[in-house]
Amino acid sequence: MSDVPAGAARLRHCFASAHASGRAALITYHTFGYPTAAVSLECALAAARAGADIIELGVPFSDPSADGPVIVAAMEQALAAGASLHGALAGAAAIAKASPQTGIVLFGYYNPIWIMGPSVFASACRDARVDAVLVVDVPLEELDEISRPLAAHGVGSVPLLAPTSGLDRAAMVASRNAAFTYYISMAGVTGAAAVPVSPARIADLRAATNGPVAVGFGIKTPSDVAALAPHADGVVVGSRLVAEIGAGDPATAAARTGALVTALAAATRRT
Amino acid sequence: MHEPKPVGEATPGRYGAFGGQYVAETLMPALHQLTSAWSAAKADPAYWQLYDRYLRDTVGRPSLLTEAPRLSEALGARLLLKREDLNHTGSHKINNCIGQVLLAKRLGKTRIIAETGAGQHGVATATVCAMFDLPCEIYMGARDVERQQLNVLRMRMLGATVHAVAAGSATLKDALNEALRDWVTNVGHTHYIIGSVAGPHPYPEIVRDLQAVIGREALEQTRQLTGDLPDAAVACVGGGSNAAGLFAPMVPHGEIRLFGVEAAGDGLDTDRHAATISRGVIGVLHGAKSLVLCEREGAAIGQIIEPHSISAGLDYPGVGPEHAYWHATGRVTYLARTDAEALAGMSQLARLEGILCALESAHAVAALPDVIAAVGKGKPIVVNISGRGDKDMHTVAAHLAKESA
Repeated sequence: MSDVPAGAARLRHCFASAHASGRAALITYHTFGYPTAAVSLECALAAARAGADIIELGVPFSDPSADGPVIVAAMEQALAAGASLHGALAGAAAIAKASPQTGIVLFGYYNPIWIMGPSVFASACRDARVDAVLVVDVPLEELDEISRPLAAHGVGSVPLLAPTSGLDRAAMVASRNAAFTYYISMAGVTGAAAVPVSPARIADLRAATNGPVAVGFGIKTPSDVAALAPHADGVVVGSRLVAEIGAGDPATAAARTGALVTALAAATRRT
Repeated sequence: MHEPKPVGEATPGRYGAFGGQYVAETLMPALHQLTSAWSAAKADPAYWQLYDRYLRDTVGRPSLLTEAPRLSEALGARLLLKREDLNHTGSHKINNCIGQVLLAKRLGKTRIIAETGAGQHGVATATVCAMFDLPCEIYMGARDVERQQLNVLRMRMLGATVHAVAAGSATLKDALNEALRDWVTNVGHTHYIIGSVAGPHPYPEIVRDLQAVIGREALEQTRQLTGDLPDAAVACVGGGSNAAGLFAPMVPHGEIRLFGVEAAGDGLDTDRHAATISRGVIGVLHGAKSLVLCEREGAAIGQIIEPHSISAGLDYPGVGPEHAYWHATGRVTYLARTDAEALAGMSQLARLEGILCALESAHAVAALPDVIAAVGKGKPIVVNISGRGDKDMHTVAAHLAKESA
């Protein structure tokens, strides 16, 4: 596995550690800059302290065509408050410094990365200790354009698969030394209603991709997490956490995030 | 300038550095399915027979190519107006919708969605859905719903559900985002009729091929009128579908000069315009790599800039990837006209020829002096009148009221 980028190897270690302690890895998503840069980072760190193994930091984009209303609104507010790709990279560096054992994934849309320049971006990711990058609007067909410069700087990439993807597409992931595969649990946008994911489907994807599979989209409650934990390598909770931040005083957002993540983390136990 | 590739380039879905498929994974299998369905339909004479029949019996094709004697005299050229405004539903958009609804039927899809800016594509989509008894949902920016109320009403009368999209700038780009969200959710049974030569492969190709009827007819009609090819052809460019349809059959005729006209809004040197080719940068938006209006540096790097045009149909921060390619190879010259110039062009065509064209098409009319200067006086020039102006009277009234205040 010498070709696996260092960042991807660190994330695989997060999955292996969780597995060794009888858990699925918990991945929490935070829109960087929502409601402010400082509060979003406090919330991410609170999530890490409360048991999140991997932090996904969402980079706000003006045209988030794959996200649902909760994250769209959070991104609009974050951009209005001055959030940026540079800010998100600095935020990732701050999380890495404060919580060195936590995996960090940068999650975003392609245009800001492309305009910065994939190589410049990849090198900034390495400097910020971003472990891997997930770009929602870069499918497997176009992935080399970004995954090659990332790998050259030791940063992993996270391909996505969907309910509509055949196993032939899962096999396309196998040769890519991905950090992990993000399985979108349903045909839909972030934050929609959860649908049950078949354990057999996850097993098939894990076999075909030859690596860890994390399941996201529509996972909101500890019982959603508990249902998936025995079958998936990791579970992702996003919109529910973003909604929690929006539901009350920003001053208590980190405490509320921590309480919610504690409950979600408890549900990742497989026994 | 290197030789432009002919229509039907060697790399599927790529136009030089532009094009591609930059969408969520959920949509990729649907795009693959659409690509093979389009290849099969394109090679099937029965598909084209049906398409031609509907264009003749429903749309009223061929559309006229009209001499414009008074405008020609005023400007010193021989202007031939391609009258897409005379089509059923009032614009060129219906050509594409007929072809795509027939494709949706072949795919067995049972629900249609679309985005619309000025509402012309929405009306055309609602029309074909009524004809083929398919449920239809149209996404339209809330600001465009406001300024194009007549078309909203037409869509509702035709049985479509119109969703006003309040996110972002509440215009065409946001309607496209919302339509993509719907498609991601309902991709199994839903066909998305994209209205322009934008979006992921194979849409730019499908829409160009379906709109190419404009250019084929224009070439034939010009030959009949003048005995020869036109010297030039002019069309407005937002996403670029009417222009791509006019240009595509002419691109191989190197002697025909081609001109696309973008919306300069308040002016190219202001931050209120929609001139993507004149002022854009290579970026990725709505599924394709093309020219886009976005921040190039600083805190907002990569964020899409809200465009501005008096014409809702041109108010878009991207452009079809093939236009970006034609621009890069120099095959097509892209000009830009301001809101005020477009209004003057609209008025000039109305008073000299009795044709009230859409504000979109008025941008092409307004660029004619530059086109004539480039090709020489007295030469035959095809001008695409892509739609009619009834829908814009509200906007014109508001503008005149502001001017006289």
